[in-house]
Amino acid sequence: MPLDLTLSLSRRNVLASHRVAARFLSQEARAQIQTAVTASPVVLFMKGTPTTPECGFSRAAIQVLELQQVPPEKLQTYNVLADPELRNGIKEFSDWPTIPQLYVNGEFVGGCDILLSMHQSGDLEKLLEDANVIPKVEGEAAHVHAPA
Amino acid sequence: MPIDTANLEAAIRKSLNCAHVEIEDQSNGCGENYAILLVSDDFEGKSTLMRHRWINQLLKDEIAQMHAFSQKTFTPTQYEIYLAKEAA
Repeated sequence: MPLDLTLSLSRRNVLASHRVAARFLSQEARAQIQTAVTASPVVLFMKGTPTTPECGFSRAAIQVLELQQVPPEKLQTYNVLADPELRNGIKEFSDWPTIPQLYVNGEFVGGCDILLSMHQSGDLEKLLEDANVIPKVEGEAAHVHAPA
Repeated sequence: MPIDTANLEAAIRKSLNCAHVEIEDQSNGCGENYAILLVSDDFEGKSTLMRHRWINQLLKDEIAQMHAFSQKTFTPTQYEIYLAKEAA
């Protein structure tokens, strides 16, 4: 999209309703969110904070990350309720209509449903291991290094 | 404007060849909180993320009016496994 068009769209957004505004992201907002999703190996956009989630779906998401023992220094969370611009912007950025949203190494993983089902199937553990967020399980590591 | 279950199901069936559709209204009637379970051959060969993105797109207008939306997407084979696990 050409820059001047983006600018005219974002100027129009000031006058438009919230719902319409959510459809267009300025390049500046997009760049800010891009920085946010890569701020840490694991990034969760949620309602509330890890200690006080303000929505059951966000609570479930943060609990799953705790169960997976994601180290706090590798997890960054953003409270979208504290930032209306981010709340709308992240939906547009990810092309995903709901919160929470999980990113691992800058890649969109999914929302609460996907997170829960990946947790149950073991796929989330594998993803986090492959992303070097959590250590690989001992048994598997020993197997890999065993002589052929 | 609340969404009713029948409209939601019609919107899904219009674009997706569904073997089974379950729509649960979890909103106590205000029409803003739905959980859906879809079983379709059309999901074959697509990742969960692709399936969810597809459904999100399909129900874009409806989801925009909701407070909460949750989905499960299975192929017929996956659904059988899911049912077996639920029963266990």
